[in-house]
Amino acid sequence: MEVDNEKQHEADEMVKKNIILAKLDDVLNWGRGWSFWPVSFGLACCAIEMMAAGGPRFDISRFGYEVFRPTPRQADLMIVAGTVTRKMAPAVKKIYDQMAEPKWVISMGSCANSGGPFVDSYAVLPGVDSIIPVDVYIPGCPPRPESLFYGLLQLKQKVQNPAKVRLAKHGK
Amino acid sequence: MPQFGSDIFLLIANWIRGLFGANTYAADVVMDIVKFIMIYVVLVLAVMVFVMLERKVCAWMQLRVGPNRLGPRGWGQIIGDMIKLMGKEDFRPDNVDKWPWALAPMFFLGITIMVFAVLPFGRGMVPVDLDLGIFYILAISALSVLPVVTAGWASNNKYSLLGGMRSVAQMISYEIPLVFSLLGVVMITQTFKTSAIVEAQQHVWFVLLQPIGFVVYVIAAMAEINRAPFDLIEAESEFGCGYFTEYSGLRFGLFYLAEYANLFLISAVAATVFLGGWQGPFLPGWLWFAIKVLFMVFLIMWFRWTFPRFRVDQLMHFGWKVLLPLSLANIVLTGVGIYVYQLIFPGIGG
Repeated sequence: MEVDNEKQHEADEMVKKNIILAKLDDVLNWGRGWSFWPVSFGLACCAIEMMAAGGPRFDISRFGYEVFRPTPRQADLMIVAGTVTRKMAPAVKKIYDQMAEPKWVISMGSCANSGGPFVDSYAVLPGVDSIIPVDVYIPGCPPRPESLFYGLLQLKQKVQNPAKVRLAKHGK
Repeated sequence: MPQFGSDIFLLIANWIRGLFGANTYAADVVMDIVKFIMIYVVLVLAVMVFVMLERKVCAWMQLRVGPNRLGPRGWGQIIGDMIKLMGKEDFRPDNVDKWPWALAPMFFLGITIMVFAVLPFGRGMVPVDLDLGIFYILAISALSVLPVVTAGWASNNKYSLLGGMRSVAQMISYEIPLVFSLLGVVMITQTFKTSAIVEAQQHVWFVLLQPIGFVVYVIAAMAEINRAPFDLIEAESEFGCGYFTEYSGLRFGLFYLAEYANLFLISAVAATVFLGGWQGPFLPGWLWFAIKVLFMVFLIMWFRWTFPRFRVDQLMHFGWKVLLPLSLANIVLTGVGIYVYQLIFPGIGG
């Protein structure tokens, strides 16, 4: 009985500590969700749609995500826009590895999702998720800029509500 | 006769001094600390506004909307960015030169803050009113090339090194026209003191007496702080992010802060030397100073989003073959002008 009480006490202490940590995490996650800085990096035709998203008609900057950083060290988000060939795959992996934590990946378009029309080719990866972890998949060939925005906002929901994501993934 | 609106900061300063009574030494020490904290707070707040203004101005120039989700009309976007930068991993690559690498961003910001000590923010609001104010500004801001090249060298990255080396070439060649462009004003006022230069512009701003000097100053100063169209040091399409390619998280944030602090600095010097500083009708002096600084900041942002980037050889040719002769001609013209003025009105002026 006493041992149980001690354990209970220990658990309470841990909960207390974790509540403080959780609050700080909430603030950090809130900020992170508002400010994805993508690394300037495009692979194929989806990258053209990504550039169009930065232009005046669609304007990615409305959400605050327009700061494309030229170096992976300062970027939070990697938008894999286009076909990942086997020759390009090591470079993609390297850029992902060079990014500083916390980092997220959006797989944009059929090719990055699953290989798309080139899925039979010996030269194309069957989806970028075979080399790096992907957070959000955006379907389309290529997806319109609106789809990219929807994907970014979904990622924002995911980052700002980690508990819900865990529930959806693993149940209660 | 102190007025409440225009001299509010002087009244606060006098009240703090009054707390210490006859102990003037303690009052001086406390006032110095208060001034430093005030400069730092003003600097950080101004940088937050400038970063947002940059994104908004960029959007307006390109017929876009700009950030409009977080906060009133999107002006709270910078808060999200700052929280994100604080939570970012502090990444140190292998084989960097540890101490120079870590100290470079701090020195970069520190050097910028030092220069603010001699700027007149309002009537009687000069933190340290040096006799050699302009000289001090030029001398200290010339140091800022050192942290840049240190960061480039210590990062152990060829892109960083190239960026640092370019910065040396660019900053040193544009330092000379920058100094000469301010010399015309010093010849007219016969003083290096910033407060005296502002006092001398009571009737006419020096931008009207020294138009060539003003233009040369703005161009050279933009090159000094590596802003587009002179941002060869951070040319994304050529070598990543220049000298701070390897910095992440808050260290990168320090560089970012220092860059916009430098923008604030050259705008404030331009407002002090050419646009009459805090002089102006109706409004309090510090408000006039803020308005003029904001005008200069907007002008420089306008240039950034209008002009394409220079090539390296074009940059050097422009600096040495156009700006330097122009600023020298300006000095000769100013000398002749002062001589003629003294012939017409004998006994006036130095």
